[in-house]
Amino acid sequence: MLEINNLNVHYGVIHALKNITLKVDAGEIVTLIGANGAGKTTTLRTISGLIKATSGNILLEGKDLTVLPAPSRVELGISQVPEGRRIFPDMSVYENLELGAFLRKDKASIKKDIDEIFEQFPILGDRRKQMAGTLSGGEQQMLAIGRGLMSKPRILLLDEPSMGLAPLLVREIFNIIQEINRAGTTILLVEQNASMALSIAHRAYVIETGSIVLSGTGEELSKSSEIQKAYLGGE
Amino acid sequence: MDQFLQQIVNGVSLGSIYALIALGYTMIYGIIKLINFAHGDIYMIGAYIGFAVTTYTNLGFFPALIIAMTGCTVLGVIIEKVAYKPLRNSSRIAVLITAIGVSFFLEYTMMFFVGAEVRSYPSLFTKRAFNFGDIVINMQQIYIVLTAVALMILLQFIVHKTKTGKAMRAVSVDKDAAQLMGINVNTTISFTFAIGSAFAGAAGVLVGIYYNSIDPLMGMMPGLKAFVAAVFGGIGNIPGAMIGGLGIGIMETLVSGYGNSMYRDAAVFALLIIILIVKPTGLLGKNTREKV
Ligand SMILES: Nc1ncnc2c1ncn2[C@@H]1O[C@H](COP(=O)(O)OP(=O)(O)O)[C@@H](O)[C@H]1O
Ligand SMILES: [Mg+2]
Repeated sequence: MLEINNLNVHYGVIHALKNITLKVDAGEIVTLIGANGAGKTTTLRTISGLIKATSGNILLEGKDLTVLPAPSRVELGISQVPEGRRIFPDMSVYENLELGAFLRKDKASIKKDIDEIFEQFPILGDRRKQMAGTLSGGEQQMLAIGRGLMSKPRILLLDEPSMGLAPLLVREIFNIIQEINRAGTTILLVEQNASMALSIAHRAYVIETGSIVLSGTGEELSKSSEIQKAYLGGE
Repeated sequence: MDQFLQQIVNGVSLGSIYALIALGYTMIYGIIKLINFAHGDIYMIGAYIGFAVTTYTNLGFFPALIIAMTGCTVLGVIIEKVAYKPLRNSSRIAVLITAIGVSFFLEYTMMFFVGAEVRSYPSLFTKRAFNFGDIVINMQQIYIVLTAVALMILLQFIVHKTKTGKAMRAVSVDKDAAQLMGINVNTTISFTFAIGSAFAGAAGVLVGIYYNSIDPLMGMMPGLKAFVAAVFGGIGNIPGAMIGGLGIGIMETLVSGYGNSMYRDAAVFALLIIILIVKPTGLLGKNTREKV
């Protein structure tokens, strides 16, 4: 589905991503874990086209996206739920979801999909007219995910959806991610909360200062002693 | 009391012109954080287009208004593409200086072509006036206010009900998030310049009618005042620009009516200073949110 080959990204002189190679197969949940500042967000932003790669390429079902602008990538089926949610605070919940479907023209089915989002997240349905900025952190995260789904993506990129949420809510968000995946959307999940991410991921990559240092199935990495030490707080 | 109400009536018509200009300032500021110093000059060019249409053809007020708005739309979009877009990733001060340069360019190019002298606008309306007690409302004032109100309603509709309007709001708040929705940021910025400039063009025609005279430097003072109006209402805030424009218009006519018209301009800038000290975010402005 998604294939990234030898990707390099620079911020001025900072070499933020170094020869990143990874792939996500159709139907998978793949997670990219790593410490703060490792380059996780940069990876996702480069996939969605907010940052230009210096070299390497990004393929979606064989089609090279590397030089396409972000909106064209949305059209081709990439949707990113950004770090910190980035919902539009002065617009209603409903308008936020509508914006998620910005490139779609099928008005009737947009309506239907919004109703489906409200079924999946009843709390959002209750607050459809409320300004998004007044929602709680967990609700905003649900809205951000719902908005991300409105473009009907082939692959959903999630950047730290658990950030700043209480443990119970984190559990709920991860359940939702699994449901979305079962319903047929491929997922690339970036997390600092490694144990949670590994528990739902089919496969995982570990990124350290811009390089992929380990990869394997979620289960393998959960058991790896290196991971235990570095990310899971084990001995 | 009657004199007071009469000044209010005059102030509302002048203020609705300021409001139209202020809307452009505020929308453009909202979307690219640029105080578009050339905005007052686009309004000046709108006034000249209206002048040319009504003087050299038989067309009346509405065709002149539409043609001026169209001309200014094209001009505004070209200015954005040529002068500002290449500086999208430059410092804000670089863009600001460019805007001042564009302003001078428009003023003196215009002066080259039409001369520096003041021209008088043809009178487009009957001299008919309506008396309500001692208060007089003339035809011009009615047209000015109705045009401005109609345009503002149209703008509210565009901004809140259309896809492009929603894209404008999204880009104003968060360009990256907007792109992730599939919104083309450059197209949206162009569209914002188009609407802002069209409104400035309309204001140009209206002010030609209001003051009866136009000249190539006429954009400077109303441009500054409309900017003050935008700041007064809360820069970046659309209803704020409307209220700010009306407020400044009324204040100006009251100062001229009761005090001395010499203090009219000083009062506007005194207001700016007071706002900046007391509530820098303006009447309806919000404190900028810190992003997480
Ligand atoms: N806009 C930027 N300008 C300069 N450096 C940046 C920028 N964004 C991120 N970086 C740097 O790139 C590296 C990777 O950052 P990021 O991708 O945000 O990490 P993560 O998401 O894993 O915490 C960090 O060293 C960070 O300081
Ligand atoms: Mg990050």
